[in-house]
Amino acid sequence: MLNLGILRQSFTMSLQNIKSNKMRSFLTMLGIVIGVAAVIALITIVQSVADNVMGQFSQLGAGTISIIAGASPTKAGLTDKDIETLRNVDGVEAIAPTASMTTKAIVDGEEYNVSVEGKDTIYFYRNPDIITAGRALQGVDMSGDTNVCIVDQNFIKKTMLGKEVIGSEILIHGYHYTIVGIRENDTSLTSYFSDTSKMAGTIMVPYRNVLHMSGSWYISNADVYLKDGADSTQIESGLRATLKNLYNENDDYFSVINMESLMTMMDSVKAMLSTMLGGIASIALLVGGIGIMNMMLVSVTERTKEIGLRKAMGAEPSRIQMQFLIESVVLSMIGGLIGVGVGLGIAYVASILMDTVFAISGGAIALGVGFSAAVGIIFGWVPAKRASELNPIDALRAE
Amino acid sequence: MEEKELGEVILRMEGITKEYQMGEEVSVVLKGINLEVRRGEFLAVLGPSGSGKSTLMNIIGCLDTPTSGSYWLHGNLIADEDEASLAQIRNKEIGFIFQSFYLLQRQDAFQNVELPLIYANMPERKRRTRVEEMLTRVGLEDKMFHFPNQLSGGQQQRVAIARAIATNPTILLADEPTGALDQKTGLQVMELFHELNNEGRTIIMITHDSKIASHASRIVRILDGDISEGGLEDA
Repeated sequence: MLNLGILRQSFTMSLQNIKSNKMRSFLTMLGIVIGVAAVIALITIVQSVADNVMGQFSQLGAGTISIIAGASPTKAGLTDKDIETLRNVDGVEAIAPTASMTTKAIVDGEEYNVSVEGKDTIYFYRNPDIITAGRALQGVDMSGDTNVCIVDQNFIKKTMLGKEVIGSEILIHGYHYTIVGIRENDTSLTSYFSDTSKMAGTIMVPYRNVLHMSGSWYISNADVYLKDGADSTQIESGLRATLKNLYNENDDYFSVINMESLMTMMDSVKAMLSTMLGGIASIALLVGGIGIMNMMLVSVTERTKEIGLRKAMGAEPSRIQMQFLIESVVLSMIGGLIGVGVGLGIAYVASILMDTVFAISGGAIALGVGFSAAVGIIFGWVPAKRASELNPIDALRAE
Repeated sequence: MEEKELGEVILRMEGITKEYQMGEEVSVVLKGINLEVRRGEFLAVLGPSGSGKSTLMNIIGCLDTPTSGSYWLHGNLIADEDEASLAQIRNKEIGFIFQSFYLLQRQDAFQNVELPLIYANMPERKRRTRVEEMLTRVGLEDKMFHFPNQLSGGQQQRVAIARAIATNPTILLADEPTGALDQKTGLQVMELFHELNNEGRTIIMITHDSKIASHASRIVRILDGDISEGGLEDA
């Protein structure tokens, strides 16, 4: 019944019709363009933001709970003994305390503000990938009087670019330190909470050294590692209860961040956003589809005589229907493709503005193109059917 | 007019009636038409408006089916066919020529003539040759890629004639073919009709204009749904 000739003719004719009614076609397509562009842009943006946040979370390690211990009027932070107490909470495998301070470092006679983080060996054991050169801090460094440190890329860039790093000596808080390792910049969630913009970088030292240098015995945060198969929510509440006890039944000064529940929450937020965006998109595409149906109905009315002539020349109803369906699909697919382009453009600009990685989601593009084709068929069906059912005599006589 | 050897009967109507329900009343447009047309004839159906000649033309052209009576075209009984079968019969058996040409405005002459061939599923290469032949036949070989609005009325009607003969139909069915043309151009179209008729094509021309009808080799008159054989001398 259908041959390539009629398909190609229908295709070129639909392009001709679209071209000869430029303004009308453009306005009709606009609904689809906006709908598809919105879907593509929003899905891509949500995806890349979510990936970004998830990536930061997972840098802390799934199955990890972080404790941020502030200073209350009665308690300045956690002590070694408190850490021991927390380690005894059910399901806890290990706790890596972090003591931080900001101070000055002197490199080649130049003074810089730096953020110093005191870490335990557990931290390096749990995050073996962060060291890019040299070595991690080890058990022998932890006595409190071994002055070794690990610097990050920011620090190298700002203070000793192009120089030999490992083995160099720098002054931290007035003490001589030897650099033994280099690590990636910290992009983890906790680094978001500390203002490092005025800092020349972050230096990691054995955590007791920080306590020495700051003259304080208090630890400000700690990463909790869980036993395999342990229930993070249960441990989280166990930790809360213990901390509340340590803080004299006052829970205003510490926080416990459960990465797993954060991830779960993020996942559900992402799913909810996607569903919501899907809903918005369907409304936009519905509106676009109604626009297409309207234009196709007008087109059928305007071209009644043409339809009559085609029927007189021997076009079966099915061919007429196919021709108008092709027109409507071509119209909405052009809109869909423009929409994909515009949407990706918006997402690209957004990724630059928000400083996230721009990732093209193949699924979103397929969705946009598929949806616009579906809209073309669904909303073109009624006009095409109407065209195919026109009585050739009446159609030929139409004015 | 020279006498020609006529072929077999290719169109036969027996007792064709057509009635329309107009609310309570039944309006009878055709009251039992009997008609025979032989291959190679040039027949004019002459009648004033309201005589039923348009309805007759629609039935001859398989655009409409009669209320009662039998209609044989090229050996086939055209009864209550469905739309798709009627479309195929029209494509194969009838070449339509209309008063106001009915060319697709956004298609050039070539594409307009190509249209019925596409619906006949003719392969592209064969189609191209055929379209070129047809346009050459009507003297428009140098206007193949002109659009209707770049052609004069006479030229447009010639494109329409090329389109009508493209599928080599059994009958050329012309409805007031000169109605939209000036006298001189109209005569040229009639000349072309004569040539096509001399080539052996059967032509049925519907008109209200007895001058135009006089170009035909046989005239039937239609009045109030009845048909009668008759020359111009009765007019």
